[in-house]
Amino acid sequence: MRAPMTPARLEIDGLSLSFGGLKAINDVSFDVKPGTITALIGPNGAGKTSMFNCISGFYKPQHGAIRFDGEDVTRTHPPLRAKMGFARTFQNIALFRGMTVLDNIKLGRHAHMKTNIFQALAYFGTAAREEMDLRAEVERDIIDFLEINHIRHMPVAALSYGLQKRVELARALAMRPRILLLDEPVAGMNREETEDMARFILDVKEEWGTTILMVEHDMGMVMDISDHVVVLNFGQVIARGLPGEVQQDPNVVAAYLGSGDPAALMKRLAAGTSGGAEAA
Amino acid sequence: MRIATANETYLADEALLRTRTQWAWLGLFALVLVAAPFVLNNYWLYLACLVAINVASATGLNILTGYTGLVSLGQGAFMAVGAYTVAWLSQKTGMPFLVNILAGGLVAAFVGILVGIPSLRVKGLYLAIATIGASIILQFVFLNWSSVTGGARGLAVRPANFFGTSLTTYFQLYWAFVPITVLMVVGAANLFRTRIGRAFIAIRDRDISAEVLGIPLLRYKLMSFAVSSFYAGVAGGMWAYFFRAVGPESFTIVESIFFLAAIIVGGMGSILGGIVGATFMTLVPEILRFGVELASPYVSNAGALLSPIRTIAFGALIMLFLVFEPQGIAEIIQRVRRFFHLWPFKT
Ligand SMILES: Nc1ncnc2c1ncn2[C@@H]1O[C@H](COP(=O)(O)OP(=O)(O)OP(=O)(O)O)[C@@H](O)[C@H]1O
Ligand SMILES: [Mg+2]
Repeated sequence: MRAPMTPARLEIDGLSLSFGGLKAINDVSFDVKPGTITALIGPNGAGKTSMFNCISGFYKPQHGAIRFDGEDVTRTHPPLRAKMGFARTFQNIALFRGMTVLDNIKLGRHAHMKTNIFQALAYFGTAAREEMDLRAEVERDIIDFLEINHIRHMPVAALSYGLQKRVELARALAMRPRILLLDEPVAGMNREETEDMARFILDVKEEWGTTILMVEHDMGMVMDISDHVVVLNFGQVIARGLPGEVQQDPNVVAAYLGSGDPAALMKRLAAGTSGGAEAA
Repeated sequence: MRIATANETYLADEALLRTRTQWAWLGLFALVLVAAPFVLNNYWLYLACLVAINVASATGLNILTGYTGLVSLGQGAFMAVGAYTVAWLSQKTGMPFLVNILAGGLVAAFVGILVGIPSLRVKGLYLAIATIGASIILQFVFLNWSSVTGGARGLAVRPANFFGTSLTTYFQLYWAFVPITVLMVVGAANLFRTRIGRAFIAIRDRDISAEVLGIPLLRYKLMSFAVSSFYAGVAGGMWAYFFRAVGPESFTIVESIFFLAAIIVGGMGSILGGIVGATFMTLVPEILRFGVELASPYVSNAGALLSPIRTIAFGALIMLFLVFEPQGIAEIIQRVRRFFHLWPFKT
């Protein structure tokens, strides 16, 4: 079996990011404890994806710090962060559509592989050995685990949305994540797919020992699987705590009401209390 | 023990050729390559050598443009660097063929890395123009660095010295060039079975998320430039041994366009595409010329009339491909393959 990783601690400290005059993130601080699932929620445009982009290094925050196991990574180049154990999925799936599922997953391991250009041109020897070890490991720990055996040779473009999301999780897992950032992992999925995904995320936490930070609008799912919830609104933290506490918080209810879609909110909250993901 | 067997299965699953049919085709192709020099006349041998040179260079450009998505119109200039290197070495040193060719590739690779530096900032058409700019500078160097390049007169190339034998006939050169090209094509195919090739494709398809996956963009873009221009340099070196003279007019922007057209017609991002594209672009004008010669007894004033028709037909063929088969000839081959795969006799 795979060796469990030591889960990482992520600290966000006084982070601010603006685009021109717009403060997408405004002095935000929170911790993600090792080996837990933390959910980052909030209405549309609250700054959740921007926060992910700061953590993975797309955006350069103007103020504040991001610390990974105590080490300041705020200015670390994205490929280096990948090597340190940052892995993420994207709100609007960023798979390589022309590649097969298998190649997409293998791509995730890039930073941990050693084959150089000369070995790659020759293939036989080092490159072949490394590729075969990777293949065996991907098959055993990821493809079986996420139940995507039947699609491994298919091009990603031919897959349903739900399966693509699963493949993106698979690729992130191939990165040997110590912290996994999931941007809306169940958006656009039906009930059954959502339950599967919730189960996979819980399994990753338990079996892989990975720290998980997740953005999600599906309140049922958030309430079921997260250990800790942080609520953003207009780039600021307006509440944080256990899922049950946050759900009752008047600030949170008001923020969602203010987002102009109270009916949707009530539905989400109702889904939360009736228990979204059974498998959890 | 179990892992070992599993790995062998995966090795078979990830082999370049997986089916018996594919092996049969490869065997047939190898047979043709070996038999060809014994049946072809000198003119066709000349063309076969030219095809080998062009396939090597087109495959290199395919790595850069087809697989990494970096459009380059500098392939001709990189070939020139390889050709000049070989010419200079052949005159100043008695070094053997293979050493000179390798040196041609390495010098071109180094120049390629320099030319590739803007690729971190500019893409697409802008990068293509930047590579034209670099070609102009190289052209200037070839013309004016007379002590090394021979200036406007260029350099003569001494015959290739292959383990004591000098290679002078097309028959001999064929046996030198074809194995080199085969090795380079296999190398390119291997590349895309490893992390390096996957990284190139990732950069082509979404360079920003490639970075988050742990791929340093600049390093891999420069690596792609290096490999691609190494291929061009080796091809240019073979070219020098083939034509035995190199000058500033040997490789112009037209050559660079030729190779870009070759991979577009053949199929970008497909190893087979580079091969068939370069072969097509090299042979079709000759085949058309052949047609013209057949027709000439029946047409009065044939020479004046048919030669422009041949040029126009060639240009029109390229345009037709772009319109009707933007994925290139490789895609047609895939379609034919799928058709026979579904053939009633084969399940
Ligand atoms: N690259 C950018 N340039 C300018 N403004 C941006 C950029 N990225 C995000 N923003 C703005 O920052 C704010 C926060 O956007 P963000 O995508 O982080 O929201 P979100 O919480 O992920 O929303 P959603 O739930 O809809 O995904 C929005 O007002 C958005 O328009
Ligand atoms: Mg978002």
